[in-house]
Formats: sequence, structure tokens, C-alpha cells
Amino acid sequence: MQADATPHAATPGARRHTRAGIVSARAVRAWLPALSFALVVGAIALLNPRAISYLGFNLMLNLAVPIALATIAQMFVIAGNELDLSIGPFVGFVGCVTATWLRDAPLLGATVLIAAIAVYAALGALIYLRSLPSIVVTLGMSFVWLGLAILLLPKPGGKAPDWLLAMVGYQPPWIPLPILAALVIAGVAHFGLMRTSYGAILRGSGGNPAALARAGWSLLKTKVVLFGLAGCFGVLSGMTLIGITTSADANIGSGYTLLAIAGVILGGGEFVGGRVSPVGAVMGALTMALAASPLLTFMNIPPDWQVAANGAILIIVLAVRALVSTREQ
Amino acid sequence: MTSLLRTLPDKPWLWSFLGALVLWLITVAFTGGQGGGGMLTAALALSQFTVIVGIGQMFVITLGPGNVDLSLPANIGLASAVAMKVMDGNDSMVVVGLVAALACGAAIGAANFALIRALRIPPIIATLSASFIIESADISYGRGLQIKPPPGFADFTNLQFLGVPLLTILTIVFSIGAGIVLQRMVYGRSVLAIGQNMRAAWLAGLPVDRIRLLTYTLSGALGGIDGALLAGYFRGANVDIGNEYLLASLAVVVIGGTSVAGGKANVPGIWGAALFLVLLLTMLNTFGVSAGLRMLITGLVIVGVIAAAGGRE
Repeated sequence: MQADATPHAATPGARRHTRAGIVSARAVRAWLPALSFALVVGAIALLNPRAISYLGFNLMLNLAVPIALATIAQMFVIAGNELDLSIGPFVGFVGCVTATWLRDAPLLGATVLIAAIAVYAALGALIYLRSLPSIVVTLGMSFVWLGLAILLLPKPGGKAPDWLLAMVGYQPPWIPLPILAALVIAGVAHFGLMRTSYGAILRGSGGNPAALARAGWSLLKTKVVLFGLAGCFGVLSGMTLIGITTSADANIGSGYTLLAIAGVILGGGEFVGGRVSPVGAVMGALTMALAASPLLTFMNIPPDWQVAANGAILIIVLAVRALVSTREQ
Repeated sequence: MTSLLRTLPDKPWLWSFLGALVLWLITVAFTGGQGGGGMLTAALALSQFTVIVGIGQMFVITLGPGNVDLSLPANIGLASAVAMKVMDGNDSMVVVGLVAALACGAAIGAANFALIRALRIPPIIATLSASFIIESADISYGRGLQIKPPPGFADFTNLQFLGVPLLTILTIVFSIGAGIVLQRMVYGRSVLAIGQNMRAAWLAGLPVDRIRLLTYTLSGALGGIDGALLAGYFRGANVDIGNEYLLASLAVVVIGGTSVAGGKANVPGIWGAALFLVLLLTMLNTFGVSAGLRMLITGLVIVGVIAAAGGRE
């Protein structure tokens, strides 16, 4: 009797214990993006308390908005188990169109930008129909976008349309614009991808494409929609970037490919299985934007090593995540 | 000719040689037959650098889906600086410099695999993160220095016999060796087996981790030696020297008939694809096309060729 009761008593307790362990490991995973963001902001506050102000955030996070938009674009592609190595040059191309045609001939500019989104969607179809490696296709496309940008604007120049300057220069009360914009971007992407039924289908196309196809959903359509959305957010990113910098350069977006991938991964995204988090991705982008220069400047790290810091942050976060995942199992 | 046509469907990579030939003929026709030989010499000399890193990339890609080395450009840049700094313009230090570049590249490759294995992250992210750090190291290390190769080394990398560069001959010998290793030796067969089914290869008792470590190290080492040779050929190292080899190394592997899904590789196809890409640029340069248009056409041709060749079945 005694011997019989002991295992019974022990088992639920043990099970509860492991379940609590799993919950906390999952919680750490989910909170990791917020944690790293808080860590970077905390470090900045410690090094330079004056930076934590309306004006400070406005200046530090100014360039974070286009990075966040490019990150969301990359997140859609990664959600479908693909990778976009052309988002940076694409942002640059959009920037060149924005600073030239969109100002001088708005109708032509708008048409070109919409056509560019259509090209993105068509790439999704091409990659699916011919089962091509997205890395190579998008790497090839990065030359196409950069070539077009150079043809359009051989020398740095152009000027942002006035309405765009006014929009980006708007100063809302209390909350700095970049933070407000980040909240809106995260909210829209989160609702669309995580809260709608087709959003679940889109994530499913990365999670288990075979099951989704058996259930009667078109994988061609999901691929086209994901790449089309990436194109949309890429266009928004390029336009905001030009609103902030006021003029364009063909190479203006070159660093964005890497920043966007890093943002998605920092934000808790996985490379396979359609596991992405829009809110995490935006936070990842803000972390990258803050860590990429303001923090390093305050820490007196020479500009030579700032690119390395991006890589190091990525590796550290992934190391922490690997540790947490080991505990999860 | 008929036998060639009959073997074409079996050997799709022959198309890239055919394409290269067509591009060369068009260019020669445009110049009125002038400089055709010199064009081939230059094309061979430029292709060899792509082939060396392409073979490394091929072994990595053959390991299976997701395996790719994105750190090659940064690796080439750093190794070229290391080689030139060790040689220090001194002909007696050439061998030491080459060994240093090789060791630098191999260390980067091994570090890449350490990241992949220890952090269990996809190779794309691991090699990408590593490339950030390598690039910074290169910028910091090579800054403010006039890094020129020793005159003897520069002459050696530019040496040619009857219009065929010496390095090309060496690279062809190396390619044949790589083909034998891939198809006839335990290491190569293991790489193919892992690419076809990693779990099955592991259950069959293959030392999967050791083979993968070896492959990433090999890719890194080839990037390192390529960096040193490039710095010799172009008579100087700089941070951007490896930039074009990210697209080039991936494109020649895929166009050359290696499966991106892994488990199927092709060495001769890499030569055909490399010659095709170099001759495409030569043709566009001969036509006097602007930089923007040249990039646009290169990108479109690569996407077009890959789309026509199709991916995994």
C-alpha cells in the first residue's frame, strides 16, 4: 500500500515540476527579444542618461523605422521558409524612385513602385513553380535592383517629395514618432499574420507545406502573397528612408539585407517551420538599430568594429536561445 | 556533333560551356576578330578565382539543404590582407604568406562550423554573423596600410604559357583532384551520402560531424588561398576584393549542375558556369555598356538561367 502510493504521489508532483520548467523556458524564449531590447536601452541610459528623452529617442530611433519595415518584409519571406537576399538593394531602388520620379511625376513613380511589388509577387511564383533556391534567385535579383537604381540615379542626389518630408517630420505629443510608428507596424503585422485565418495559412505554408497542400490550400498563392507582402513593406521602407535622409543614393539600402535578417532572428524567428513573431521582429529591428550605432558610440567603440558588434549581438542572442532550448527539452 | 547532342540531356552542365562559347563568338564577331585569344586568356584567369571558391562552396552545398557558406567574401578579404601583410613585399616570405592565408581561411571555416554545431543555428545565419565579425576584423587590420604583393609573387600569379595562365593549369589540376575526391574517395562519398540523407548517413555509422567540420574548413581554406592569389593577381589587397564572390560562388555551383537540395555535385559544370559568367561580363564591357546596365543584365541572366535549369525535383 505504502509502496503503491508513493509513486502515485510523486508522479504528479514531478510532472508539475517539469511543466513549470517548460513554461519558464518558453517564457524566456518569448521574452528574449524584449529582454535584449531593454538591455540595450538600459545600457544607453547608464552611459548617457540624457539620451533617454523625447528628443533623444527621436534622434536614436530615427533610422529604426525603415529598418523595422524592411525586417517585417524579410519576416514574411522567412515565414514561408525562404530567404530574401535582395531586400537591401530593393530598398535602395525604391529610395531612388521616391527621390526622383515620385516627386517629379507622381503618377509614373507610383506605377513603378506598384510594378516593383508585382515583380516581388512574381518572384514568389517563379520560386515555387520551378522549385528554385530562393537564396540564389534573390541574390541575382539584388543585382537587378542595384543596376536599376544606378541607372536611375548614377550619382547621389534627388529630393524627397514634400508630403513625405512632412509625414516623417511630424512630432506627435508625448510619444516620439519612431516609437509610435514601431507600435503601429508591429500591431498591423501582428494582427494580419497572427490573428487572421489566412495569416495562419501563410504561417502554415512554412510550417508544414505538404499538410497544407493536402488540405486544399494553394501553396502557389501563399508564396505569391508572402513575397507580395515583402514587396509592399520593402516599398514602405524605402519611402520612409528617403523621407528621413531627404535625398537618395543607389547604395543607400545596402546594409539592410543583413539588418533585416538579423532583426527577424533576434525577434525570435526561426529559419524553418514558419515560426516568426512580428512584434519580436520589430523589437529585434529596434535593438539592431540602437545597438548598431548609438550604443557603440556611447561605449567609444571605433566605427571599424561596429559591423562586428552586429554579428556579435546576433551570436550572443542565439547562444542564449540555444541554452534555453536545451533546457526546454 | 550528333553524339554531343545526344549526351546533352544527360549532362546539362555542358550547356554552360556551350553558352560560354556562344558569348565568346558574339564578342569576337563584335570586335571583328580582334583580341579573341587575349579575351580567352583573361577569361581563364578570372574564372580560376571563381572556380577555387566555387569548389569549396560546392562541397558545402552538397552537404544538404540549408548548408551554405556566406562568409566567403569576408574571408577572402581578410585572408588577402593577412597574406600581403605576412609577405610584406618580400619574395622570400611568399610561401609563409600563402600558408598564413590558408590557415586564416581554415580557422574561419572551422569557427563557422563551431557556431553551427554549438548554437544549433542554420549555417546561413552562422556564416552571415561570422562574416560581420570577419569584415570588421579586416577593416581594422588592413586600415591605413599599403598592402602590395612581393613583385615575384605578383609575376607568378600573372605568369602564362602560350596564352594559358599558369594558375589556370594548377586550378584545372586541382579541379580534377576535387572531382576524384568527390566521386572516388571516402570523404567525398560521405559528403554525398550526408547530403542525400543526413540521418541515414549517421545511422550507417558515418562520422557526420567530422565530415561537416572538414567540409566547412575546406571551404574556408579555399577562400583563404583564393584571397592571397587574388591579391597577387590584382597587385594589392583591399576590403572589397572578395565582394563579388558571394553571388559568383553560389551561381557557378547552381548553374554548374550541383543540386541545392544536396547529395549531387558536379565539378566540370563549375568551370563552364564560371567561364560563362566571366565571358558575359567581357561581352558587356566590350559593348561599352554602363555599370548599371551591366549589373541589371548580369542579374537577369543569372535568374533566367537558374529558372530555366530548374531546381530540385
